[in-house]
Amino acid sequence: MKQLKQVLGGDLRQFTMVGALVVLLLAFDIASGGRMLTSSNFQNLLSGNAYVLILAIGMVMVIVIGQIDLSVGSVAGFVGMVVALSASHWNLPWWVAMFLGLGAGALIGAWQGFWVANIGIPGFITTLAGMMIFRGGVIWMSGSISVPVPDEFRYLGSGYLPEWGPAFTGMNNSTLVLGLLALGALAWAQFRKYQRHAKLVEVKPPLWPVIVRVALFAVVLGYVTWLFGSGRPGTSFPVPGLILVILVIIYHVITQRTIFGRHIYAVGGNRAAAALSGVDTRRTYFLTMANMSFLAALAGIMFVGRATAAGPSDGTAWELDAIAAVFIGGAAVSGGIGTVVASMVGGMVMAVLNSGLSLMGVGADRTQVIKGLVLLAAVAFDVYNKRQGRPSIIGLLMRNRTAVPVGTATTSEGATPAK
Amino acid sequence: MGDTRVILEMRHIIKEFPGVRALDDVTMSVQAGEIHSICGENGAGKSTLMKVLSGVYPHGSYGGEIFFDGQEVTFRDIRASEHAGIVIIHQELALIPELSIAENIFLGNEVVRGGLIDWDEARRRTQDLLARVGLNVDPRASIKELGVGQQQLVEIAKALSKEVKLLILDEPTSALNEDDSANLLDLMRGLRSKGITQIMISHKLNEIAAVSDAVTVIRDGRTVETYQVEAGHVDEDRIIRAMVGRSIENRYPHHEPIIGEAILEVRDWVVEHPIIPGRLICKNSNFHVRRGEIVGFAGLMGAGRTELARSLFGRSYGNFVSGQLLLRGEEVRLTTVASAIRLGIAYVPEDRKNLGLNLLDTIRRTTVSANLKAIVRRGLLDFDQEYAVAEGYRRSLRTKTPTVDAGVTTLSGGNQQKVVLAKWMFPDPDVLILDEPTRGIDVGAKFEIYRLIHELADQGKAVVIISSELPELLGMSDRIYTICEGRITGELPAADADQEKLMRMMTTTSSTVAP
Repeated sequence: MKQLKQVLGGDLRQFTMVGALVVLLLAFDIASGGRMLTSSNFQNLLSGNAYVLILAIGMVMVIVIGQIDLSVGSVAGFVGMVVALSASHWNLPWWVAMFLGLGAGALIGAWQGFWVANIGIPGFITTLAGMMIFRGGVIWMSGSISVPVPDEFRYLGSGYLPEWGPAFTGMNNSTLVLGLLALGALAWAQFRKYQRHAKLVEVKPPLWPVIVRVALFAVVLGYVTWLFGSGRPGTSFPVPGLILVILVIIYHVITQRTIFGRHIYAVGGNRAAAALSGVDTRRTYFLTMANMSFLAALAGIMFVGRATAAGPSDGTAWELDAIAAVFIGGAAVSGGIGTVVASMVGGMVMAVLNSGLSLMGVGADRTQVIKGLVLLAAVAFDVYNKRQGRPSIIGLLMRNRTAVPVGTATTSEGATPAK
Repeated sequence: MGDTRVILEMRHIIKEFPGVRALDDVTMSVQAGEIHSICGENGAGKSTLMKVLSGVYPHGSYGGEIFFDGQEVTFRDIRASEHAGIVIIHQELALIPELSIAENIFLGNEVVRGGLIDWDEARRRTQDLLARVGLNVDPRASIKELGVGQQQLVEIAKALSKEVKLLILDEPTSALNEDDSANLLDLMRGLRSKGITQIMISHKLNEIAAVSDAVTVIRDGRTVETYQVEAGHVDEDRIIRAMVGRSIENRYPHHEPIIGEAILEVRDWVVEHPIIPGRLICKNSNFHVRRGEIVGFAGLMGAGRTELARSLFGRSYGNFVSGQLLLRGEEVRLTTVASAIRLGIAYVPEDRKNLGLNLLDTIRRTTVSANLKAIVRRGLLDFDQEYAVAEGYRRSLRTKTPTVDAGVTTLSGGNQQKVVLAKWMFPDPDVLILDEPTRGIDVGAKFEIYRLIHELADQGKAVVIISSELPELLGMSDRIYTICEGRITGELPAADADQEKLMRMMTTTSSTVAP
């Protein structure tokens, strides 16, 4: 047990989430007769869910500051329609249409940010209004018919990385390069963390847990890379997936390593104390709400690329999936807690559930019921443990750690804010 | 006066909270039909005693016995005490602003007929009750339309509806103007003549003199003395002495001040209440603080010290009306907290948990949170530097924690305060305003914080200490200002001050400071 602790290192909750994901994947693979862990399924999983995960990136920031955004689906659909209409009806070049869409997203974000930050209307009401306004807007603009988008968008929504290089690798080389980069980055991060830790402690900490951890990463990452890269010729790690990964990296850095990121957690943790520490709480609210709508616009554009056309009912109920992803990923309803990476894991759990159940032939209706129950269970488990003042089950297993009860951070990296 | 039998006896009441004994063997008796005043400093235990009596702290959570109307009583909750005829009116009125007077009066006590509320009857009874307190308002009016004085009367009407035998009023005139206060005192006399016994918690000596039949002084959780008032004459000196009389032992480190030129000057500072228009919370305040000096601000709760400090700190409280703030000789307009921090002012809030800390944070993140710019390298936060800063303060302040990665909720109150102080030392301010810096902290930790304050002063910083503990102010300050009801009523070197002098200036509204 002690060795296991050492390998798992700091982020217990995140590892349990990832563990749950792995278990789900394996369970569904067995239950569906091996159709879960295939190249094409993984590729579909990622490109088909990338838009929800992008929404979750913005949503976790909104939830951390103690607000919520119910309009993201409508805004995504609205912007998708704007892009489609401007390209096909007004004959604008595709990239102009795209910038127009992103600009619209930013404007909508400023609008909602204004009401929340400057006027003080709760995000729930403002974005509920937004949801109604922009859903109506899509239907109005489109005249209730689908509008096609130029082919260039297909690349963003369902494209693949290019093929090149030697054939001996047996797989798509772009994906291989990505996989190697990811492994390199992870290994480097782990070693840096080890070095930092070693500098501060008198007795040099053991190196073997780090090596084991990196080896485990290598195995898992290697498997996943191979899975993505060895599919049907012409396929690889999907472009929407790449966009998602880039956004995750950017927003991880913003939320964990910038002053603005600290402000978000400060305002979410205790708004009055943040104000007395010199944080401009209004600006924090404004930018977070505006950012959400901007990401919603991006998600909408990716979606119409994949669907090749924008329809009047695009984006319906997307906000619920995004919100569910954030809470399964461990965010707190009262704000102040939640990370981008954990929300991605939460979103993948939902996505794998969807995919697995569908592979098993379970209808969409029953899948919906199961998803709802999973969301409830995941959050109830967390709330129950915290309320009883008990450490989480994982905490009980890891009892020998220097006692840090629930409500504290357990990393020196700062990868997860205090929980 | 009423008959001379004893209606209430509280014997040897002991009430403990983790780490502190709020009531330490309090004994008190009240005669039927009298107005009995309870007097004491902030934190002496007055409110705690009344909470024990009214059942807020139920039987079993305190030691000692209570005898009411000749019988021992063991109240399990407020309903039980109200059922016995004891009603308490708290300092913060427990009325719902959006509901009507009638709805408020019968809240929890509704007039029910056949399963439904009988509003007609309720309104009729409300009318009667309002007449008894002299309030001529429609029972259907909502509370938020009434002035504070009228709301107070509604509370009393509510008590009357419960057929009160013993009415407890906690600082009843703290929110009232002179007219409303006089009105209330008249009402109290009227109730007394109807045979209702009243206990009034107050520190306003003039009001105590106006209505009391007896006075009990409580200090540090103990009864100091109870005495009967003769013919409306209350010996103020005697009360003040009883309220504060304790010696200042060697609880404060020795310090030789090295004082430089004035660094902070406040002139004619006027601030309006944020919600109640026209009500001033800072009335023409003038003061200054010098480098290396420790200045104390003394005043009772509600006097306006915190409000003054926060209004200076980037206007984070109240509506600024007029006044000048000079830093290092130059006038500055600090309209945001960020600008105040940037120009070298730090404010450590009195409410550590709600205003001073993000309880979700770790020690290291809290330590750097007021000066994030200092740990930025190439646009991103440098975690190594953050750790170094946090560790540095952990060592120099001797914060008891195994690691700075621990959450702040794992720390004791004293250590939490050290982290908060570290947070405000990090931006290297020139002026530190410490609001109740040792509240809720044990004696040992207090001494360490006092030494830290001395170090800060020796570094040439100006330190302002707002405190409700007079011995603390006398032991630490070089100079003390007293505030009463928003006005600075006195300024004197600590060497010339004593607790009685301070208490006197804290309880009178006329200013003795030359303009």
